[in-house]
Amino acid sequence: MVGQAPTSNGAKPHITVRDLTMAFGSFVLMRDLNFTVNRGDVFIIMGGSGSGKSTLLRHMIGLIEPARGSIFYGDENFTKAEPEQRQELLRRMGILFQTGGLWSSMTLAENIGMLLEEYTDLNPAEIREVASLKLALVGLKGFEDYYPSQISGGMQKRAGLARAMALDPEVLFFDEPSAGLDPISSRLLDELILELRDSLGATVVVVTHELASIFTIGNNSVFLDPDAKTMTASGDPKELLAHCPDPKVRAFLRRGEKENV
Amino acid sequence: MSDQGRLSFIQAQDGTLVIRLVGAWSLRAGIPSAADVQGQVASTGISRGVAFDARELTSWDSSVLTFLVEVSELCLQRGIPMNREGLPVGVQKLLALAEAVPERKGARREVTEASFLERVGTDTLGLAGSAKEMLAFLGDMTVTFSVLLRMKAHYRASDLFLLIQQCGAQALPIVTLISFLVGVILAFVGAVQLKQFGAQIYVADLVGIAMMREMGAMMTGIIMAGRTGAAFAAQLGTMKVTQEVDALTTAGFSPLEFLVLPRVMALILMMPLLCLYADFVGVIGGAVIGVGMLDLSWTTYFHETANAISLTDISGGVFKASVYGVLIALSGCLRGLQCGNSSSAVGDAATSAVVTGIVAIVMACGIFAVVFYILGI
Repeated sequence: MVGQAPTSNGAKPHITVRDLTMAFGSFVLMRDLNFTVNRGDVFIIMGGSGSGKSTLLRHMIGLIEPARGSIFYGDENFTKAEPEQRQELLRRMGILFQTGGLWSSMTLAENIGMLLEEYTDLNPAEIREVASLKLALVGLKGFEDYYPSQISGGMQKRAGLARAMALDPEVLFFDEPSAGLDPISSRLLDELILELRDSLGATVVVVTHELASIFTIGNNSVFLDPDAKTMTASGDPKELLAHCPDPKVRAFLRRGEKENV
Repeated sequence: MSDQGRLSFIQAQDGTLVIRLVGAWSLRAGIPSAADVQGQVASTGISRGVAFDARELTSWDSSVLTFLVEVSELCLQRGIPMNREGLPVGVQKLLALAEAVPERKGARREVTEASFLERVGTDTLGLAGSAKEMLAFLGDMTVTFSVLLRMKAHYRASDLFLLIQQCGAQALPIVTLISFLVGVILAFVGAVQLKQFGAQIYVADLVGIAMMREMGAMMTGIIMAGRTGAAFAAQLGTMKVTQEVDALTTAGFSPLEFLVLPRVMALILMMPLLCLYADFVGVIGGAVIGVGMLDLSWTTYFHETANAISLTDISGGVFKASVYGVLIALSGCLRGLQCGNSSSAVGDAATSAVVTGIVAIVMACGIFAVVFYILGI
């Protein structure tokens, strides 16, 4: 799948979410979510605050079990998979958590190295080299021996991304990548996401409500409406802006500003 | 504050009620009650409408708005038109803003004090849930230990050594202080009683046996529950909040192997050593009283102690200390991993870890007392 061009027509489905219901106890957050993420897509999960975007992402990476429905990666049912099979699927995913999620007791190089140590046969010197390379890719060359608490929030995000890329994943998940970043860092991160998608051929799933990011990087999306308790739109955000029948979605994509008719 | 905000009412000729707002209104001076308006409306019969005259209003803040929102609701209830033109422009805009978003259906919550029985019931149900969680955690930890025994556990040796240092060497000062004082207290209590029979020498037996069998392990356990158990809960709780635990899980590392296991091992290894040390310091504490107050010599005191205690006493205490170590580590880690997603939840986790740890230690101590008695140890 490396180098596969992102196409919207005739694309191969990579992630399929089928009849997903997310609930905490008896409280239903979202029901009947159905969508497909194609290989090479930059897929945006969007919606207002508290609509369950991050929760959906946590379902997709197996941190929360769905109340109903399944998530497929390729043809494999991730939700119903045995623990080993699920680990195997997880190994092909990279996740950038909202807060970075770097292991604070380890240096940046160790954070990345731990994954390589576990899942490859590289020797310590090689692991160190690969870790340096990953850090260089996100612009953190020379920060190998820093602890996460010693670098800024934006750098932590990028280091988190370096760790997410450690095992050359097929799917990259980003939870609010631009939260807490200044506009320039946030744009640079967007560019980085696109470059990684193109060069690694990875599928990217991004949870965000930053309009600038949504239009710059997204070519497919799903919109979660907390009032309707389900998804109310899906597709290319630029198309949705122009043609979505749901006025709420158009208003969201216009920051609530009036439409110029 | 001479020009305090006032209200007055004028009945206009066309039947509208004009509310005059006069002076400087401020929250500090209080909010006039809308009941006056209601009284006016009621006394004058169905009014044609309500209007305002704010020409003499010198300054205003939220007090005016709060009053007006109430008046507005009153008008809405009675179906009386409200003419806002007489109000300052700023007030009109803010009033419109306050009314722009209608109350979300179901957003308002009935804040009702749950009855005593209801709370007892909810807590009891919660207890069953938390007991289940605890059992599940114990089961998972048993499995994790079997993984460790098969030498397949994933954890970092450097983490283990750091933890050993934290809950071993760094705990020595506090353990020294507490166990010395416990020795002193035991000797004091014993001395007062035994002096009456001229049996001062048995203070050494009392302190020695009590420290070796019970107090050494128990006091070390309680110190470590407060010191290390709380630290474990706070560390793991924070890692949960910062999603480090999630990152471990999704990377295929079991948090139980990676985080809990080294903590349990560190305490299993360090508690016996700390307990032995506490035993020793406690005996010294007792000896200081024996020598200082009871005119015993150091040699006599230590001979008496050595005769009184047996290896069984010491090893029994050391064994207990190990068990307490497991209990402290498990309760600390359990509470840490159960932590919610906020900074106050981390505090709760630490508190709860100490409580759970101490309760577990005291319960285990009781069980040991019975078992040791039956076994004749």
